[in-house]
Amino acid sequence: MERDKNFILGVYDDEDVLLDAISKVRGNGVKIHEVYSPFPVHGIDDVLGYKRSKLPIAAFLFGMLGTTLALTMQFYMMKIDWPMIIGGKDHAAFPDFIPVTFELTVLLAAFGMVGVFMIASNLKPWGQPRIFDVRITDDKHVMAIDLAVNSSLGEGKLSDVLKSSGASEVNFKSFE
Amino acid sequence: MGHSTTNYNLDQKFDFSAGLKKSIFTVLIIGAVILTAGILMAALGGGHDEAHAEGAHAFHWYKRLYANLWINNVYFTGIAVIGVFFFAIQYAAQAGWSAPLLRIFLSFGYWLPIAGVIMIVSYFIVGHDIFHWTHKTLFDVNSPDYDKIIDGKGAFFFWPLEKGTFPAFFIIRMVVFFGAWVLFFNKLKNLSYQEDLNPGNQSWFKIRKWSALFLVFFAVSSSISAWDWVMSIDTHWFSTMFGWYVFASWFVAGLSAMTLVTVFLKERGYLEMVNANHIHDLGKFVFAFSIFWTYIWFSQFLLIYYANIPEESVYFVERLQSDVYSPFIFVNLALNFFLPFLVLMTRDAKRHGIFLKVICSLIIVGHWFDFFLMVQPGTLGHNGGFGLMEVGMLLIFGSLVTYVVLNNLSKQNLIAKNHPMLEESYHHHI
Repeated sequence: MERDKNFILGVYDDEDVLLDAISKVRGNGVKIHEVYSPFPVHGIDDVLGYKRSKLPIAAFLFGMLGTTLALTMQFYMMKIDWPMIIGGKDHAAFPDFIPVTFELTVLLAAFGMVGVFMIASNLKPWGQPRIFDVRITDDKHVMAIDLAVNSSLGEGKLSDVLKSSGASEVNFKSFE
Repeated sequence: MGHSTTNYNLDQKFDFSAGLKKSIFTVLIIGAVILTAGILMAALGGGHDEAHAEGAHAFHWYKRLYANLWINNVYFTGIAVIGVFFFAIQYAAQAGWSAPLLRIFLSFGYWLPIAGVIMIVSYFIVGHDIFHWTHKTLFDVNSPDYDKIIDGKGAFFFWPLEKGTFPAFFIIRMVVFFGAWVLFFNKLKNLSYQEDLNPGNQSWFKIRKWSALFLVFFAVSSSISAWDWVMSIDTHWFSTMFGWYVFASWFVAGLSAMTLVTVFLKERGYLEMVNANHIHDLGKFVFAFSIFWTYIWFSQFLLIYYANIPEESVYFVERLQSDVYSPFIFVNLALNFFLPFLVLMTRDAKRHGIFLKVICSLIIVGHWFDFFLMVQPGTLGHNGGFGLMEVGMLLIFGSLVTYVVLNNLSKQNLIAKNHPMLEESYHHHI
């Protein structure tokens, strides 16, 4: 069976049931593809065993890019391209550059972080988000399990595990 | 879920052991020895300093002692009042996360009455050597020393008495500020201890009311005390940022001190219900307000630098173009901005005691340098510097404050056990 195509979905009504269910399902050796919920569920990344996000690293690198860009731009403009004496200071008066440097650092860090997040979570304009169940934007939590990844367990066993963990429904979903 | 605060011993008290008292006392003795050595060296071998002195204002070694006394007293007064301020903020903001830490914040206030007595008594001894505006001749039109600018500001110090006599208004403000801070501290402290005896919400609502009143008073008094006790040293100069600047410096130093005590107690097995999430929040406060202080410092510096008006820029000329003080400007920025900014940026550093212990200790030293740079150039000029007297006085004040804070912390329960938000704090997770 091909990976990332056929999923079994456990639908949950309540986030406390969901949090317990994630631990139970993972305890049975099932690898969870993703859990979708209509609102942030506190502590869900811990029970899913997610590692810390790498987003802060992206933010730091984009921030550094902003710092470098701002300083280079100002030194080029003020010292090389069109030297001017302002307030009797040096052409390259470093303290004057700090506000602009700060602003560009923050701007690029913020834009970079949003951009990386959009791309990493498949929210990019040309992306095709996959909808597992429309009710995940309303009142249901959905746990998606890739059948191919968990082929050793079989559909019947997976369905039993989901039901016994408190799922209100168990559905199947296939993507082209 | 089975977890709740009832699993913990909420009646735990901090045991201020004889060993710990001995260590603090040792630091006090070391400080006293270093200070005495510094005084002896300055008093006996002071020829070098006096050779520079000219005219009417000969430099005497005791002026440096006085300046040090003033630096440390203003600095540790700030740390003490910030303890009460941070306690009050928790109630005004209806914060739940900090419920088990409140007694630590509050215990810093015990230094306030002592600081107030030292401040008022020492003003009468050291005031004339620290504050230029205390010189009588500045206000005498017929005197060659007559200073029109200071004469214009005179009423701020001397009203309703005649300028150049007794600084009534200045002393009244000092007494009122300390008096009100101590009264508010006592009120909050008593209400908090009463809560231990009376379960229920009524104490919490009363503390919130008194906290809000204290915050309104502190907003005004912290600013004015910064003008009075620090900015008036450079009598001609003024900065509209100064109140905030001193407050920011006090706040970071106070937060660092409170974090240090929390980590210290946690390491010794107290405060069981305080976990990495609470420590993380304290770390965030230290990190954020280090940047806040830098923002204020830089805003004050950049405007003066950019505009370059002589009467304003003289403040930074005295510091940046001085052989004695210019290195400390960079020490100040390194310890109070670059170090906390780079080290505390990651989540892990804010959650682990060891990083916080190192950074908070350095910030406490760093902000002492901030006050050193505010006071010494205006009082001692080129005769100042960082030497034995500075180290000794800092150790003496530091160990005394630590003793008073820990001693009073050990007298009551460490955790306000009937605080209505303890359960919320137990589940705190970030």
